Amino acid sequence: MPSEQWTHPEPGDGPAAVAAQPSPEQVIAGLRATSEGGAELTQLLTPEGERVPSPQFDKYVDDVDDEALRGLYRDMVLVRRADREANAMQRQGQLGIWVPLLGQEAAQIGSGRALKKNDMAFPSYREHGVAYARGVDMKDLLGIFRCTDHSGWDYQGTGFHPYTIVIGNQVLNAAGYAMGQKFEGKVGDDDGEATICYFGDGATSQGDVHEGFVWAAVYDAPLVFFCQNNQWAISEPTERQSRLPLYQRARGYGFPGIRVDGNDVLACLAVSRWALDECRHGNGPVLIEAFTYRMDAHTTTDDPSRYRLSDELEEWKLKDPIERVRAFLARKGGADHDFFDQVQAEADAFAADLREYTFNMPEPPPERIFSNVYAEGNPVLEAQREEFLSYLDGFVSAGEH
Amino acid sequence: MTDLQKLTIGKALNLGLRRAMEEDPKVLIMGEDVGKLGGVFRITDGLQKDFGEQRVLDTPLAESGIIGTAVGLAVRGFRPVCEIQFEGFIFPGFDQISSQLAKLHYRTQGKIKMPVVIRVPFGGGIGAVEHHSESPESLFAHIPGLKVVSISNAVDAYWGIQQAIKSDDPILFFEPKRLYHSGALRAEIDVAGTPQQMFSSQVVREGTTATVVAYGPSVKVALDAAAAAEDEGKSLEVIDLRTLSPLDLGPVFESVRKTGRLIALSEAPSESSLTSEIAARVQQECFYSLEAPVLRVTGFDTPYPPAKLEEHYLPDLDRVLHAVDRSLAW
Ligand SMILES: Cc1ncc(C[n+]2csc(CCOP(=O)(O)OP(=O)(O)O)c2C)c(N)n1
Repeated sequence: MPSEQWTHPEPGDGPAAVAAQPSPEQVIAGLRATSEGGAELTQLLTPEGERVPSPQFDKYVDDVDDEALRGLYRDMVLVRRADREANAMQRQGQLGIWVPLLGQEAAQIGSGRALKKNDMAFPSYREHGVAYARGVDMKDLLGIFRCTDHSGWDYQGTGFHPYTIVIGNQVLNAAGYAMGQKFEGKVGDDDGEATICYFGDGATSQGDVHEGFVWAAVYDAPLVFFCQNNQWAISEPTERQSRLPLYQRARGYGFPGIRVDGNDVLACLAVSRWALDECRHGNGPVLIEAFTYRMDAHTTTDDPSRYRLSDELEEWKLKDPIERVRAFLARKGGADHDFFDQVQAEADAFAADLREYTFNMPEPPPERIFSNVYAEGNPVLEAQREEFLSYLDGFVSAGEH
Repeated sequence: MTDLQKLTIGKALNLGLRRAMEEDPKVLIMGEDVGKLGGVFRITDGLQKDFGEQRVLDTPLAESGIIGTAVGLAVRGFRPVCEIQFEGFIFPGFDQISSQLAKLHYRTQGKIKMPVVIRVPFGGGIGAVEHHSESPESLFAHIPGLKVVSISNAVDAYWGIQQAIKSDDPILFFEPKRLYHSGALRAEIDVAGTPQQMFSSQVVREGTTATVVAYGPSVKVALDAAAAAEDEGKSLEVIDLRTLSPLDLGPVFESVRKTGRLIALSEAPSESSLTSEIAARVQQECFYSLEAPVLRVTGFDTPYPPAKLEEHYLPDLDRVLHAVDRSLAW
């Protein structure tokens, strides 16, 4: 319903326009206006799997032939299957908690596959799909959720920063990293480096995120802010965080903002490539709002039946990011049944492997509590460690362990 | 008139909040997910339904915002009760707490009062990921101008939250999250009765061999240790501090003069903490009564470890008993 959208009054609009306040209904309509594919929403693939041309963005996915498309499909199926397996493992008591990405596969695979080797990604905690796209072994993520580890992959090698749980913190960290890329002269041409930073719609309320916008803007940092607007921050809808569609906020900080269909992997790939390209050439930062939906609970400890209606979920199921690629591939003859069956079998094997790994994950020894608190020694801690270990030994020698 | 109800800590807090809101229309509840969801721990369950969205505010996701606006609302005459979802997320609001909330009364020579309560679920033992199991209370006890409270049982939950809301001073109210819904800690409360003074510590079990002082979730550990010690013929006195700033150490001094031994127990790291403060003050006041140095049983001076290791990190009954033995062996 783009006609209902409330746009911000301009100074030239006269006193009446400036004085007009939007009603709560107008605010909500404005925030959601482009969810149905309004003019402001960049979309290359409809929910029915039809390709929509885009004069601005088609060139960013020129190279995506049937094979590449099958690759994107496969990525999303594998990631979803892993997500469902982890969710099930949490239910079986094998993981302490799980943060589902169901419904956000296109946003994550599209943006993740747009990154180049030397780029850096700063995730929050739901970016399992981006991790996969960066080449992080998904097994290495599971330690966090089995509570054996706080993180656990090769950050430099993969270009994928540790997960960040405190909402918004990573946005400033990403700004600093991108400033570093700029200070080292790594931007300016096609081979330039860029950074991408992920956060949710709720996160946009945090001071850290605003400060990140300011820093990146005034230092021209090559940073793509990638907001996955999945409509909810636990129980709070986007209208609890903003009056304006989130992508429009970028303007106030002096850089471009764009809203992309977050359930359209092709559009997410194209828009992310464009934004990263801007950054590589020194024209960053850019804000991308990927308009998507969290199809499962916030985490396995959440109960969405308390705050959202099942209608909403049903509506979004029709926009499933995987189904539309499948329909597109099938329609154009880019893949046959065998292919889809084979991807499914591969996904099942992928999940089984994760399961087996999780069940056999070794528990960390008690001395791990004390390791790596400091890069350099700390005698107080060293003494504490010795004392605790000998205390534990006491149980063993007393036959109590 | 008496009105006896059997309540868990969580239910007692919920009822205490409800009473405070009924009594004073200026009391507001604000925080992330406190409305429809009733908070992630359901402590504010049902309150928005009954008091409306202007008294129970689902705020934007920003702790500095929650606390900073609570300061402004207090200036305007409201009595905000802020919920911080988990203790690890209080730090975006630390600046507002330490710079404004704690100091406005002093800076204005008492002209501005700050009747703000910040409820903070804290402590470990729930098998959570990072930032969900910490014990940062010493950091707040170190800030002049704040009062810091930590409850350990349902009676104090029910009365303490109401007294905190009535207080004209800003109060950090630390709640032992792993005990919220513990059936074992359900207590019979006369919800129409009269409360005892909250800003005081309390002997919760009498004993003669040694004293254990604790607060929040550790009080239960201390009581369990005391029960186990009894089987070994040792009699532990347990004191619940209840208020962490200001500290009411009178009953602790008195107890140490009787037992001659003190174990200070807490989940927080030990260096520069509340247990350090207790040890210093007790040796100053009770030097000639002490039969052994004050011993501390605490978390380690490390970040909170991955939860698979928390059984080692968190002080348990055995570590308390071990400290008692060390004290006795002196
Ligand atoms: C500073 C901080 N406050 C509160 C929380 C608790 N919390 C975890 S996730 C979440 C909601 C986040 O919503 P959003 O930013 O939209 O991201 P999403 O989880 O929907 O992807 C909250 C409130 C937190 N992790 N950090």
